[in-house]
Amino acid sequence: MTLAPFARRKLTVTVNETLGAYRILRVADPQGPKPQAGQFAMLAAVTGWGGGEQQRPYLPRALSIARHSSGESHFMLEDVGPGTHTLCQMAPGEELWALGPLGRPFTPPPPGGRALLVGGGVGTAPLAILQDQLQEEGAVPHLALLGFRDLQHTHGASLLRDARVASDDGSAGHHGLVTDLLREELDSEDERSAVVYACGPPAMLESVRALCSERSTPAQLALEAPMACGFGACFGCAVAKRGGGYLRVCVDGPVVDAHELEFVGDHAGPPTGRPGA
Amino acid sequence: MSVEFCGLDLAHPIVNGSGTFDAIAAATTFGEDLLKDFPFSAYVSKTITLAPRIGNRAPRLWEAPAGLINSIGLPNKGVEHYLKEDLPLLGALSTCHGSEQRGSLWPVPLITNVMGSTAAELCALLDACDPHPQIAAFELNVSCPNVQTGLDIGADPAQLREVLSEVRSHTSKPLIVKLTPNTADVPSCALAAEEGGADAVSLINTLRAMALAPGARHAAPAARWLGGGTGGLSGPAIRHVALAQVAAVADRVTIPIVGMGGVQSADHASALLAVGASLVAVGTESFRDPLVGATIARSL
Repeated sequence: MTLAPFARRKLTVTVNETLGAYRILRVADPQGPKPQAGQFAMLAAVTGWGGGEQQRPYLPRALSIARHSSGESHFMLEDVGPGTHTLCQMAPGEELWALGPLGRPFTPPPPGGRALLVGGGVGTAPLAILQDQLQEEGAVPHLALLGFRDLQHTHGASLLRDARVASDDGSAGHHGLVTDLLREELDSEDERSAVVYACGPPAMLESVRALCSERSTPAQLALEAPMACGFGACFGCAVAKRGGGYLRVCVDGPVVDAHELEFVGDHAGPPTGRPGA
Repeated sequence: MSVEFCGLDLAHPIVNGSGTFDAIAAATTFGEDLLKDFPFSAYVSKTITLAPRIGNRAPRLWEAPAGLINSIGLPNKGVEHYLKEDLPLLGALSTCHGSEQRGSLWPVPLITNVMGSTAAELCALLDACDPHPQIAAFELNVSCPNVQTGLDIGADPAQLREVLSEVRSHTSKPLIVKLTPNTADVPSCALAAEEGGADAVSLINTLRAMALAPGARHAAPAARWLGGGTGGLSGPAIRHVALAQVAAVADRVTIPIVGMGGVQSADHASALLAVGASLVAVGTESFRDPLVGATIARSL
């Protein structure tokens, strides 16, 4: 696991580009350590963080690192609340605070294994850097399956190479859920060596967890939960674990082995007022 | 800017608020060096209880205007686990800050925060912890309802005085009482703590607060957002409440005060020191910037 420097650092936005319904924010981070796929950072704009009728956002926002190349970190954003809205508006040259890389990353498949990358919506982000990492580590065979709600959102699929797409409204690729595609793959003969890597909304992750559990396929799930700090201090990002008790998404995750959970529930809820949006 | 507090020699006056900085989790995120150059001059543990607690169900957080409402529920693995697993690490913290005066690392004393719903529970916690030399002092979390009256122990001066007089003899180490702001007369509670034998008081704890689930105002009864129903408000929103309460308590007691509430900068810390605090704790701001305690200490 890559350790984070013990201080937030001021980084400069280099690119803010539209990708369908999403924004891709690139920030120069030449001094930062190289993150591992699945790790995240806590981001806050240096100016304009707070204010307005609600005086929000106040806390930094946890965002998966979507890519890291040439000293730049890439983040995939969807404008769903005051925090993501402010980040989506940032122009090249503007500065943000970043703390990271944080959290437990994905573990690559064992030798001979095949990686099945399964993403939903903005959950595509950590799978892009995972695909880069699999490529770097001697071309580990893999297949990417991505699901989106409509045509605008399916543009997010271009973050990965050669992804198969599903859309809720049938506007692109398979008309239906990405987990339909996963089920087909898992039921085909050559998937006995598969390891599933998934990130997306809770209902999708729960479906992935159940499909993999039924077939004894190992699965690593990248979770999301509203969090205040990102480094284990606030205990706010609690997710119920198998056998009782809670795990902290920030330090016990965000990537967890699917066996650690009995069920993936919706802990985030609607974006209003929660420190995730 | 070294300070003496209840017989403890501290590198500077900035400590953490209980439950706002997990040194062990931070070391896994930022590396072990953090424990040798700790941002705070004393480390206040999260609240430890006799039996393990898993904490409240999610959601636990709500972002408020200039603040945060939390409903965490004091998760901890119980005093036995704390003494066996956590103490070796937490009892060996140090800081480089201020070392130029001494030419070596300053030790960062450990203040163990404990909570019980009866005096007997608090006595049992102190009995278990007191023999351990790594623990330099105790902070009593008295924001816990009395099982008989339902009233927070720390909200009623008479009750607080009675509990303190029972637990006082169970340790000779400094005893800090963390006062609750959710009561009519905080200075009287502080005085009761002093009369009961407390060596210091710390304030303010979070202000009781609530958030409704989005759209809930159209439902009857309205659904509460937080898993615990209500939570505690912290952050800049409570800074001036803290300033007023610390000033009022300083007028009534002679024992030292740990002031806290919405501190984000050296100016905010200086204000609390100016109205009578001996130490200042940083809490929610550490969530935004984990190094802020050290930054404030340097700028004082």
